[in-house]
Formats: sequence, structure tokens, C-alpha cells
Amino acid sequence: MENLISLFVESVFVNNILLAYFLGMCSFLAVSKRVDTAIGLGAAVIFVEVITVPTNWALHHYLLAPGALAWAGLPDVDLSFLGFISYIAVIAALVQLVEMIIDKYSPSLYSALGIFLPLIAVNCAILGASLFMVEREYTFVESAVFGLGSGTGFALAIAAMAAIREKLRYSHIPDGLRGLGITMLITGLMAMAFMSFSGISL
Amino acid sequence: MSLLSKKNMGFVKDPLMDNNPIATQVLGICSALAVTVQMQTAIVMSIAVIVVVSFSNVLISLIRNKVPSNIRIIVELAIVATLVILVDQVLKAFLYDISKQLSVFVGLIITNCIILGRAEAFALQNKPWPSFLDGVGNGLGYSMFLIAVAFGREILGSGSLLGFQLIPDAAYAAGYQNMGLMVLAPGAFILLGLLIWVQRTITGTVAD
Repeated sequence: MENLISLFVESVFVNNILLAYFLGMCSFLAVSKRVDTAIGLGAAVIFVEVITVPTNWALHHYLLAPGALAWAGLPDVDLSFLGFISYIAVIAALVQLVEMIIDKYSPSLYSALGIFLPLIAVNCAILGASLFMVEREYTFVESAVFGLGSGTGFALAIAAMAAIREKLRYSHIPDGLRGLGITMLITGLMAMAFMSFSGISL
Repeated sequence: MSLLSKKNMGFVKDPLMDNNPIATQVLGICSALAVTVQMQTAIVMSIAVIVVVSFSNVLISLIRNKVPSNIRIIVELAIVATLVILVDQVLKAFLYDISKQLSVFVGLIITNCIILGRAEAFALQNKPWPSFLDGVGNGLGYSMFLIAVAFGREILGSGSLLGFQLIPDAAYAAGYQNMGLMVLAPGAFILLGLLIWVQRTITGTVAD
């Protein structure tokens, strides 16, 4: 249990998927102009990560890893080279499914998330979390916690950034630095702040 | 029309400066930062992205009139994923150490916004040859920023270039220290922010 809590805290703060591994930057930069849309996207990312990382874990362990097909009587088959295409297919399919379910049962949430749901399929943070899960050899429970943690980390970072950018609109910034440039510099400062969490030992 | 006419060369030149994928179109930043601690990984990553973006552009351009538009994203993803698997297998076979260092970031070329962005914005409306040139140009524009960031980070962060020590030992003896910040994530963000400032000042782009 302690192990899981420390994994969660670590993936939210110390190894924040956005600020330490640079994943999901595109949507981070594009959607961080307003706080409410940023929170909407953050919530959708948490949701999708919690579902896709454990699903891809099952896919990896029962179909793709070397020797994973032993249950089907094929212990020598190694399908790990099919990893990328299977994970992205799972993510795209799940995002579609999640979209349909939300549309059916909670139209208000659906309209709040708007176009962000389909866009999540190509968010690097989602595929990245699945690939890290494979590389770091998490167990099933760990992979679910890691999905929750990295999704929360992304949501936290994008919400904070949106709040800063709303204030930034009233400041004087050199022409060339406006928009992307200053956003990158602030992200750098934010990453520094998040690094200070690495001093916390659990 | 000749294959290397002025108009066609424009597809290659334009993304290098005026319409740079990273600084102007804001595409593909995710992976641009993660692999730039050293020049070597940045160069290998650049080559991988150039190969994937140019060939995915050609393939998508070839099937652009045959795929119904509502399933085009998944078709594009399948094409890109296949190309990335090929690149990944080649790297694993011939450059195993670097492929280990790049770790998940080779796989993440699939979700690199440059690839899908150019497929959607260019390859779906154009013939294969211009699409190929557009892919090469955008790949090069991406590489330029990647290598510039890696140059700064390696020289400031480790005092070396492509693994060769550049800062003389005498400087260290006199109290010079490597800038640890550059090796870590914040250094990449700040360096890229400054580079974008330079690029936008030169091209005169002003964001709202």
C-alpha cells in the first residue's frame, strides 16, 4: 500500500509526465489559455489514462510480451514489435468508446469536454504513460495507480498554467516573446518548482 | 513541371524559418525537449522524424482520394505507427545503445503532432511529390530546433559536444562549473523559450 501511495505522489509531482518528461506539450500549450477548458481537458486525460494504462497492461502481458502467448500453447512467440500499433489502436478505440458512453449518460459533461475528447487519442501523455508502464514493468495495480497519478499530474500542471496565462494577458512582454516564448519560459520555472518535490522522501 | 522547380523547393525552404513547425506552427514540442540532453540522441531522433514524416506524407497523399474522411484519422495513425515500428526495429538492430537512451520517445513519434499535423494540413490536399518535399522540409525545420537546443544543453550542461570534452580542464581547475540546470527538464524549456524568441524576432512573427 505504501508503495502505491509513493508511486502516486511520485508520478504526480516528482516525475510529472508533463514537466519532467515533456509529454502532452502540444495540448498543454494549445488548451491552457482559459482555466475552465484546461480543467475540462485535465479531467478527460485523468479519465482516459486510468482506463487505457491498465488495458494496455493486460494487452502487453497476455498477448504481446515474449512468451505471453503461453496460455494459447505458443510459448515461443514474441509479438512485442507490434506494441506501438496495438497501444495506439487501444487508445483510439477506448477514447471513442468513452466518448459514446459520456454522450449517452452525461450530455452536460460531454458538451463541456467538447472537442478535447477525440483529441486525447493523439495526446502524447496517454501513449507515453502506456509505454512507460511497459518499460518500467509495473504490475496491474501499479499500472492503474500510475495512470491515475500521471493523469493528475498533467491536470494539475495545465490548470496552473492556464491560471498564470490568464493573468499574463495584462503584462508587457517583448513582441517576439509573446505567446509561445513566454509560455515556455514559465513552464521552465514551473518545472523547477516541481523539481523541489523530489526532496520529499516517502 | 520539373521536380525541383522553385515552387517545389519552397515546400522545403518555407518550414525552415518562416513557417517552422516548432516555433511558428507549435507542433511536435513534446519529443523535441526530451531527447536534447545530448547532441547524439538529438541527431538520431531528427533523422527518425524526417524519415517518418516524409514517408507518411507520401503514403497518405497516395491514398487521399480513397479513404472516407470520417475514418481518416485512424488510417493515418495506422500508417504512422507502421513506419515508426520500422524505424524502431532498425534502431534496435543497428544503434542499440542510442535506441535504449531514446527509450519511449521513438514510440512517441506516433503521437508527434508534426506527423499528423502535416498529414492533415498538407498531404490530404496535395500530390505525393510535393507532400514528400513538405515532409522533408518540416522534418528539417524540426531538426534545426532540436539540434540547436541539444547544442546549448550539452555544451552548457556537460561541457562537451557529441561526447568530446570541449571545455578545457584548466577552466574547471579555475572554478568553472557545468550548469546542472541544463541537464534537467527546466533547462530545456527555458532554452527553447529563448530560441523561439530569437526566431520570432528574426521573422517578425507577433502572437496575439
